[in-house]
Amino acid sequence: MDHEKRMHADKWTEPSSSRDTHIPTNNQSFSNFDPAQQKWEESSLLDYGMRIDSRNSFACDTDNQNQTSDPLGNNTGNATEPINIQEWDPRTMLNNLCFLEKKIHQLQDLIHSFVGRKGQSSGRPDELLVQQQQLVTVDLTSIIVQLISTAGSLLPSLNHNLSSVNPINQLGHFSSVANPSNGAPRNIFPKNTNLNKVEDHSNLIDTTGLCGTELSNMEDQENKSDDDAEEGENLPPGSYEILQLEKEEILAPHTHFCTICGKGFKRDANLRMHMRGHGDEYKTPAALAKPSKESTSEQILVKRYSCPYIGCKRNRDHKKFEPLKTILCVKNHYKRTHCDKTYTCSRCNAKKFSVLADLKTHEKHCGRDKWLCSCGTTFSRKDKLFGHIALFQGHTPAIPVEDSKGLSTPANEGQGNEATSKVEQINFDNQLNARTPVSFQNLVDVKGLAGEDLANFFSPFETNGISGFHEFPRPPFEDSESSFSFLLSDYTQKNG
Amino acid sequence: MQMKRQRSILESSVNPFDILSEEIVFIILDYLEGNPLDAKSFSLVCRSFYTIESCHRKILKPLRSEHLGKVLKRYSFVSNIDLSLCPRITDTSLNVISYHGKEMLSSINLSRSMDFTHLGLSNLVMNCRNLVEIDLSNATGLKDLAAAAIAEAKNLERLLLVRCKSITDIGVGCIAVGCKKLKVLSLKWCLGVGDLGVGIVAVKCKDLRCLDLSFLQITNKCLPQILELEHLEDLVLEGCFGLDDEILAEHKQFKSLEKLDVSSCQNVSHVGLFSLASAAPCLRQLIVSYVSCVDITLTDRLRKFSMLQSVKFDGCEVTCSVLKSIGNWCASLRELSLSKCVGVMDEGLSFLVNKHKDLRKLDLTCCRKITRVSLSHIMSSCTSLTSLKMESCTLVSADAFVLMGQQCPYLEELDLTDNEIDDEGLKSISRCSHLASLKLGICLNITDEGLIHVGKGCSKLRELDLYRSAGLTDSGVLAVSRGCPELEIVNMAYCELITDRSLMSLSKCSKLHTLEIRGCTLITSSGLAAIAEGCRQLAKLDVKKCPNIDDSGMLPYARLSQNLKQVNLSYTSVTDMGLLSLACISCLQSLTVLHVEGLTPTGIAAALLACGGLTKVKLHTSFKSLLPQRLFEHLEARGYSFQWRDKVFEVELDPKCWKLQFDDME
Repeated sequence: MDHEKRMHADKWTEPSSSRDTHIPTNNQSFSNFDPAQQKWEESSLLDYGMRIDSRNSFACDTDNQNQTSDPLGNNTGNATEPINIQEWDPRTMLNNLCFLEKKIHQLQDLIHSFVGRKGQSSGRPDELLVQQQQLVTVDLTSIIVQLISTAGSLLPSLNHNLSSVNPINQLGHFSSVANPSNGAPRNIFPKNTNLNKVEDHSNLIDTTGLCGTELSNMEDQENKSDDDAEEGENLPPGSYEILQLEKEEILAPHTHFCTICGKGFKRDANLRMHMRGHGDEYKTPAALAKPSKESTSEQILVKRYSCPYIGCKRNRDHKKFEPLKTILCVKNHYKRTHCDKTYTCSRCNAKKFSVLADLKTHEKHCGRDKWLCSCGTTFSRKDKLFGHIALFQGHTPAIPVEDSKGLSTPANEGQGNEATSKVEQINFDNQLNARTPVSFQNLVDVKGLAGEDLANFFSPFETNGISGFHEFPRPPFEDSESSFSFLLSDYTQKNG
Repeated sequence: MQMKRQRSILESSVNPFDILSEEIVFIILDYLEGNPLDAKSFSLVCRSFYTIESCHRKILKPLRSEHLGKVLKRYSFVSNIDLSLCPRITDTSLNVISYHGKEMLSSINLSRSMDFTHLGLSNLVMNCRNLVEIDLSNATGLKDLAAAAIAEAKNLERLLLVRCKSITDIGVGCIAVGCKKLKVLSLKWCLGVGDLGVGIVAVKCKDLRCLDLSFLQITNKCLPQILELEHLEDLVLEGCFGLDDEILAEHKQFKSLEKLDVSSCQNVSHVGLFSLASAAPCLRQLIVSYVSCVDITLTDRLRKFSMLQSVKFDGCEVTCSVLKSIGNWCASLRELSLSKCVGVMDEGLSFLVNKHKDLRKLDLTCCRKITRVSLSHIMSSCTSLTSLKMESCTLVSADAFVLMGQQCPYLEELDLTDNEIDDEGLKSISRCSHLASLKLGICLNITDEGLIHVGKGCSKLRELDLYRSAGLTDSGVLAVSRGCPELEIVNMAYCELITDRSLMSLSKCSKLHTLEIRGCTLITSSGLAAIAEGCRQLAKLDVKKCPNIDDSGMLPYARLSQNLKQVNLSYTSVTDMGLLSLACISCLQSLTVLHVEGLTPTGIAAALLACGGLTKVKLHTSFKSLLPQRLFEHLEARGYSFQWRDKVFEVELDPKCWKLQFDDME
């Protein structure tokens, strides 16, 4: 793996998150797969993330605007707080609807009262009218803003839950609802200053809606092991449409090509984002929506995929056929199961992968898997190893190599010379003891030899001292065994 | 020529001992196990006895590792090898053992040995397939590889790894997987072992009976797995600071547990302790020393534990109400320790002892506030008491002891150190004919008269402590040594009136193995020589500050002693010659020579080199610079460990004045 290249790829991806810049395909070093693409995939994730953020910040903006434009400045602030798409909560939705209902009733009452007063007071009607208009405008604006923001935040979550329903239909449905409400204030109050803002919001809804659809894509991407993880799915045969891509199609780097410039993309959504750069006609919601779905009838068949490899369980001719959920699953499955593992980990040179993302995941942990089982399995965490050992009979923790190296040389703890000299002396003693039963004189002699430097020091002792020793008679049975104490263990314990 | 003929005649003639069958000789040998020298003499009777003795021996405790090969060749049926006296056991020694031991070896103790590695262990374990017990305590250098080697001992049942600090969870995991039959495991002070290691042991070794996890850095996480152990009887969790009150989330029955030790678990309050204890309804022994949680709530909750026999509250703060609550327990306690408990007063203690009449052992060490009221209740209620320790109960007046012998006739162990007891009390105590251990240190009220009574009555006395009981003279010691032939341990330190006569009489106690006569300035070498003649079992001798002891006191030991292990010669008049003579005692292990004027550096060096088995040497710091560094290196390689002291020369204080000073300090 060429690190420098990857670095470049990384650099490219960063600007690519700002919408329309695309990576020039450069496949010099990689036969059929480009790391840059993989990066692009990731960067597109980033892209979505960014956009989601921007949507949120938009929502905040509307919030601010409301507060500044609303002279009453009361409830609107709460009602328009940004709602997280992922956490769709029916209760918040209900709250929002209740709030809308209340506001509409208030407005109704207000207008009723105007109608009532009109008959009573006739003095300075213009001034009163202006006042009334202002009041109604404010209330209506608040209602509209609330409606829009609620809808905008609810729509993707609906989408998220009912993925089989075409989201664009909903979007269309919503816009058909929203347009008359947009139109209503225009008809009543032609000089509405807030109108532009409202239009902005409707634009905003479009983009957020798009995000929603793309988010569901994103989830598929995130689940890297999709082709294995969908065992639980039990679609009855026939309830879904089976598609089978050809091998070349699966292994092809791009599947979507720009009709104008010919640039290739792995994702239709990315292609559509790209198309926006080619002119304003591609910026309409219709152009940005998924083109294929628009034409389909209401009854959409769920799409499932088959692996082109004959005999594979994922192939539709297999007896126990289990379909694959998405194209990405097909690709990962095909590469993992039916292709050579071309990516080798540069650190351990042992593990091979056919999917680049798998290699990257491995590299994150490679070398850190220091917890090793006797069966050869490595673990990045100690508790995982112990869980494994607790589970399997006969498996035992293996001791890392560095550790065993350290131990193979005994008495290593001391510092340099001291330790070695110690070892030598011990060996010396041992050899001697093995050969001869040590008599007292021998011992002294040997000890004298062992500490050669001490010779001078002991010269007075060695000449006089030895003869001195003979003065002390030794016990008659002092044979080699007598140097062992034949003590019973309990006896010495008492002593000890 | 003549010699040869004689020998052949001897051989041809029928050996009268041959009539005895091997079984009978074996039974005779069984009776000889008390004294190792007897077995040796026995083996020297004739060839057949020699071989029979060789076959009979099962336990071997060698002093040196050098002759292991020869010895194991002779004693081929040895099953237990205790190497705790050999300071240096190398892989070579272990190889020798594994070569000779083979299938016979079932137990090996390496707890004091250094220098062996995992290679030696591996060899041992591979060759000795029937190893059941290994003691590897203090092998601080052993790492996980050694643990992996041990894991090959598939039949291992007892494994002690105390202070094996370098062994980690991985090593313990290996052991847990390999040694499935483990029944006893001690991981005390294995600081590298945590929850995971303990957890895997609990998962894999289902037969565990005793588990010592003291001072491990474990948390509550591993406890659920431990509680799954069906046969666990003894669980020691001393000093596990990681444990806290979340000890047991769900209550689980832990029926086999009989002994629980949670001493010094500072983060466990009575809540956690109770939840743990309540899981073990059959608890017999509970040790909750040095915790802050002993209060009325805990003791009330423990009321229902009818199986409880022994409880230790050492070092805890107990109130009167706590003691009363213990008094109301269902269980009838056999053993109670309130040693160093703050707050033990007459009222609570009296109530308690009146309820627990079956008490056998009672420890009231340093319960300084109790008076004669408590003691009289103890004596009248707990008549079957065998052990009473009440060191430093200074408020108990002398007349409180007068009825002790009458009311507690079964006393075997009595610690009255630093008490007010007088001769009348001793006279009463002398009625306890089973008394084996009597400690009368710092009892300034006793005289020879009392001791004479003890000598007359307590013939089974094995241990006598007269430390700083300054009123005693020779006549008291004379009476005791005449009346108590079983004496093994005698401490007469700082009884300054004691002379050689006492030692002469003590020399009749042939079982004496520990003698301390520090500061007995009147004692001379002749007294010490008498001890050497009479007490061949003597293993520990402390003659510090006996200035009249010189070389002539040492020479008899060099000639006669075959058991002397530990000598303290500080402040004596011994010279190089005396020290050198001691050096030829092959079993000498520990030597302390501080402030001995007569010793020269040369003499010390010569003695140290001549000693074969010294492991611990205490010397004055000044010698460190006077002797060459190479000498110390060489000696340390042989297994010596040096302790350097630079205390200034102490001048002995007047005993009474010392007692006063001691009181002031408190």
